Formats: sequence, structure tokens, C-alpha cells
Amino acid sequence: MRQDFALWVYLTQGPLLWLTVTLAAYAVADWLSQRAGRHPVANPVLISVLLVGGLLVASGTEYATYFDGAQFIHFLLGPATVALALPLWEHRALVMRSAVPMLAALVAGSVVAAASAVAVVWAFGAPEGVLVAIAPKSVTAGVAMSITEAQGGDPALTAVLVILTGMIGALVVTPLMNGLGIRDYRARGFAVGLASHGIGTARAFQVDPVAGTFAGIAIGLNAVMTALIVPVLLGVLR
Amino acid sequence: MIGSLAVILGCQLLGEVVARGLGLPVPGPVLGMAAMVGVLWLRDRFAPPLLAGVEPAGRFLLAHLSLLFVPAGVGVVGNLEVLAAEWLALAVALGVSTVLTLVVSVVTFRAVARRMGQA
Repeated sequence: MRQDFALWVYLTQGPLLWLTVTLAAYAVADWLSQRAGRHPVANPVLISVLLVGGLLVASGTEYATYFDGAQFIHFLLGPATVALALPLWEHRALVMRSAVPMLAALVAGSVVAAASAVAVVWAFGAPEGVLVAIAPKSVTAGVAMSITEAQGGDPALTAVLVILTGMIGALVVTPLMNGLGIRDYRARGFAVGLASHGIGTARAFQVDPVAGTFAGIAIGLNAVMTALIVPVLLGVLR
Repeated sequence: MIGSLAVILGCQLLGEVVARGLGLPVPGPVLGMAAMVGVLWLRDRFAPPLLAGVEPAGRFLLAHLSLLFVPAGVGVVGNLEVLAAEWLALAVALGVSTVLTLVVSVVTFRAVARRMGQA
């Protein structure tokens, strides 16, 4: 018994256990996703999160303990953002040719992303703090949290809403675009990157490299656009 | 692989320094992306041997982009109680707004592209 306890203490103090669990969960999730022919519902982020989250709840482990191990993976989000330059450079001629449609979609999409979310929670009679926290929900997490903070909202609520928005977008984009009959992968990718940041972009790269490229561009553009729009939008409501 | 990782981290570092130093509303890694485009231009323009293998680490990261969102996603599982008070309003808002944003963005993109004579 004491031997088991000593082992458990060792495992909970280092990053090894939860780093391994995260990689293993993703390996299983990615395998399932491949087996399902990259069906949108078999989303590897969603499956991994359910597997790891279930283990944390079952073992009574705190998120802070988990993150001690998982932070090494989380850190790679920054370098991955830099790496979006690779497909961008590869498809630069197509990107340059698409500058005008992209900017038009950016302005329209960015305003709708913030205004429609705020309008719905306002119609439900939610308090002002909720209006602030949901406004930047389509933007990549770090920027969304700083927008909320600058407006006096709760960045923790924003972080949860951002992740959920990413998952919703990744799940619905393929059937929605197919239903609309859109075959232009520039447009499909740009829309999902704008609406659902990196998680939508990960889905776009699964479907088509051009879609992934345009999704990556939309993340950066929408971060800047939303930072400009949200203070104006909330100013109108106040 | 190691060299290409060093170049990526170097670009991110440069981006963070510029973004924080000048107080810009752009995330450091996004500026790092712009710096990386500069690196790729240098590679194609002058082909220095040092930049020949600059792609592998980035390609690897992008191939497993989904993995990188797992730690943050797990955070949602542990923090669902922040949604409790307004869960219905938030669920409807996220669903409606995400679908609406996708539709408006893609339709606008296509409408302008068609007007410009792009297929």
C-alpha cells in the first residue's frame, strides 16, 4: 500500500503522467477520426478532450495538476501559429488574388460574429458581464481574453466560450458548406477560421490544404478586426 | 528538424518582442508568422544553405494542430460551472452566432469573388 502511494505521489508531481495521457488520448482520437474517414463528428479535439476530461474527473485530479504536464503541448500553439506561414507562402499567389474577397468577408463576418452573439444573450436578458464575455468568442483565445479584460469582463468565461465556439464550428462547417453548395475552398476555409479560430483551422487542414491556409489567415485578421469592433459595439449598448 | 524549430521559435520571439514592446493589439505569434514569411522569401530569393531545411518542424506542428488544443479543451471540462447561470442563453448564442458567422463570411467571400470574375 505504501509502495503504491509512493508511486502515485511520484506520478502526480511530474509532468510525465498527464503528458503521456494527452498524447495517448490524441493518438486514439486521431485513429478513430481516420477510421471514420475524417467525419466531422469524429473530431479529434472533441474525442481527446472527452477521454482526458473523463480520466481527470474519475481520478479526482485538479486541472492545475493536469496542466503541469500538458503545458508542453499547449506551448506549441505559438510555434504552430508561426508555422502557418508555410502554407501561406506556398499558396501566396492565390492568397494575393483573393485579398479583396477576404477583406469583404472579414468585415462582414467579424461584425456578425460579435454582434449576433451579444444580441442573443441580450435578448435572453443576461447581465452585462455575459455580453462582454461572449463578444470576442470567435477570436483566438489569448486575444479574446485580453479584449474581454479590457472591457471589464471575466476572461475565464471568455476562454470557455472561445473553446466551445471552436468545437461547434469544427463540427458544423463541413455539412453546412456542403448544404450551401460551396465548393470554393478559399471561402470555406476563411469562414471557418474567422468563426472558429484555430480549432476550426485544424478541421480545415483535415479537409483541404487551401482551406487550412485561408483559415489560418482569417485567425490573424479577425483577431485585429474584433479588437477594433468590440469596444465600438459595447459602447453602443452602454 | 532542430534547425527549423529554432527558426520558428526565433520568429515567435521576434514577434512577441515587437508586439509587447510597441503595445500592439496583434498577438506575438501572428507577427512571428509575418517574420516567417520573410524567412521563406529569403530562402527562395537567395537560397542560403542554412535555410534549406526550414520546413520540417512547422509541417509537423501543422499536421497535428488538433493535438495542441487538447490542454485548453480539457480546461473547459473543469470549468463548465462558469456557464451555469446563463447556460441556455450561452448555448443558443454560440450555436446561432457560429452558424450565422460561417454563412455570412462564406456568402460575402463568394459574392465578391464572383463580381471580380473569379470562378
